[in-house]
Amino acid sequence: MGPWALRLLAVAALLLAGCSSSRDAHTLTFWTIGREGEAVVKLLPEFEREHPDIKVKVQQMPLSAAHQKLLTAFAGDSTPDLTQLGNTWLPEFAALNALEPLQSRVDRSAVIKPDDYFASIWSINRIDGVFYGVPWYVDTRLLFYRRDLLKAAGFDQPPRTWAQWRSMLAALSHPGQGTYGILLPTNEYEQLMSLALQQPETMLRDGGRYGNFRSAGFKRALTFYVDTFRLRQAPAITNVEAGNPWEEFGRGVYAFYFSGPWNIGEFRQRLPADREGLWATAPLPGPDGPGVGAAGGSSLVVFRRSVHKDEAWALIEYLSRPDVQQRFYDLLGNMPARRSAWDGGSLRDDPKVQAFREQLEHLKPSPAVPEWERIANEMQLVAAQAVAGELTVDEAAAEMDRRADRILEKRRWILDHSHIAQASP
Amino acid sequence: MNRQHAAWGFLAPALLVLGIFFLLPVIAAFGLSLTDYDLYALADIRHLRFVALHNYWDLLHQPKFWSALGHTFYFVVVGVPLSILVSLGAALLLNSPWVRGKTFFRTALFAPVVTTVVAVAVVWRYIFNTKYGLLNYVLGLVGIHPVDWLGDPHWAMPAIILFAVWKNFGYNMIILLAGLQAIPGDLYEAARIDGASVVQQFRHITLPMLRPTLLMVAILTVSGYFQLFAEPYVMTEGGPLQSTTSVLYLMYNEGFKWWNFGTASAVAFLLFVIMFAVTGLMLRVGRRGEAA
Repeated sequence: MGPWALRLLAVAALLLAGCSSSRDAHTLTFWTIGREGEAVVKLLPEFEREHPDIKVKVQQMPLSAAHQKLLTAFAGDSTPDLTQLGNTWLPEFAALNALEPLQSRVDRSAVIKPDDYFASIWSINRIDGVFYGVPWYVDTRLLFYRRDLLKAAGFDQPPRTWAQWRSMLAALSHPGQGTYGILLPTNEYEQLMSLALQQPETMLRDGGRYGNFRSAGFKRALTFYVDTFRLRQAPAITNVEAGNPWEEFGRGVYAFYFSGPWNIGEFRQRLPADREGLWATAPLPGPDGPGVGAAGGSSLVVFRRSVHKDEAWALIEYLSRPDVQQRFYDLLGNMPARRSAWDGGSLRDDPKVQAFREQLEHLKPSPAVPEWERIANEMQLVAAQAVAGELTVDEAAAEMDRRADRILEKRRWILDHSHIAQASP
Repeated sequence: MNRQHAAWGFLAPALLVLGIFFLLPVIAAFGLSLTDYDLYALADIRHLRFVALHNYWDLLHQPKFWSALGHTFYFVVVGVPLSILVSLGAALLLNSPWVRGKTFFRTALFAPVVTTVVAVAVVWRYIFNTKYGLLNYVLGLVGIHPVDWLGDPHWAMPAIILFAVWKNFGYNMIILLAGLQAIPGDLYEAARIDGASVVQQFRHITLPMLRPTLLMVAILTVSGYFQLFAEPYVMTEGGPLQSTTSVLYLMYNEGFKWWNFGTASAVAFLLFVIMFAVTGLMLRVGRRGEAA
């Protein structure tokens, strides 16, 4: 072994030592995703004042790498004490048996009151009867619209039904002049999923064993979605090409924008102050009346392998306090998961967030199977092919079912397998 | 100790390291490709099934594998000749006696190779931008309508190829330049005295003398270009409509995005077999050319 190799070994040993020493007696490791980390570090000094014996180490993960990093951490037995976890990822980590059940702690808590939370967001965190996460912030996608453009076209109210929506889109689209009714980036599945959740049929059937995209309801949603592009009421572009949708929305290129709460802040920041009154938000229209939206957002979860579960729970309780949730909203614009946080602070009188408040009472979760994220991605890839005119709605629905069934093969085997295991003593 | 034992003694450390860090992972990956190792198996090893060649069979029946393979071949078939032509042209220029400031140009043209893909991709995304990009601006000056470079499935791969060729040609240029400088100058002198034109000199001296270098450059470039990943990853994320999803991108998605290591390993071995066949073919063709 040459001297360089020895040196390398020494460095490796030092690194390993560094890793283990970070698991200090009272140091909590808290992983955050995206910009939440920047905001949460501003909330932590107060927590550390209240709990002088606990130190919190925040690690920020970019959204694009978070999922992979969490899974790698699980595989490598290096999970943090607690993390924020997107609602759609929760079933996956529950299936991995990576998360600590929290029901008994909730029962004993003086701070966290289940009734105060938006019901569907709370129930998402219960998987197969076990409660795993405390909702931190919520998000759902709904309509941002140009009030002045709608008025000029003779509409005083945002749409309540798909039919009204369609006629508004038709009146506001002039593809020849480069203006469209709505921006629907073809690489985001949340919009199509929201429309599909408004249907009576679920997107998976038989307990998440098979795809159910050939149901009449889903085809109705897909038809509405695809028609919007075929009628040239939305340009068939991805959000990479959309580039700066905020400014284009401000210039009237799009009358509607189907997106999430973070855009309230973006619009306020990017549009001139005198244009503030021109835009507003509205709950989603449904097929025949006000529609439900997709339940999104993040929960706070504790990992089973954490050795600081009590301290982690103390931090969760702190971050769940209504006043802390309000400050979190002021810092970042992430909407609180509990109703009492909406009754005070800057949220109460803000007209732009009222539509979200209304929509949050009408949410439906996406199917709670670990494979959902992947199935939704495939769903969107097929939908984009239908938008491009390569597939009809029927062909697209059949293709989605085929892909979903293939992805769910292992799940079916496990469900049947464990059934046998349970049946035979 | 006889000579053979001594030889093994000297070889042993290297073989040991190669065995542990090269051969063993490859064997393990092959073993993995015969199972359905995934998230469920990660959670509970009893959920691991031995599936023999099912992963391969399954992949060969999936349109997405064939389309990824098609995109990769498209990239190789168009990108490799283009890349070699550009690097040969640049090497010839740098080798010609009339060019000034050779050191500067050598460094400048090699610079893209050493900069990271991610950093230059940011710049190139601006260049390719449909509305505000430099490329469409220049095309607009000669009256060509703006092209949606990264958003149109037909143009995304050409855009990626353009970017990759720009990024990589410097490497081959340096190798070819070394090859050119190894050609004895008196050959050209003799040709000039015989009255050969520049084109004739290139055809009858430069190309034949450069043949082994060109073959090596071609093989290196082909095997490099088959492993197309970073360029679409940072430029288009495999889109639009998966038109820039390469085989390696598919492997990355299967393995690290969806955690299906069984399938991902099978993709890796299929790519290995294809690359092995193609380089073998190139070597054979190259050798036959030598004999002729």
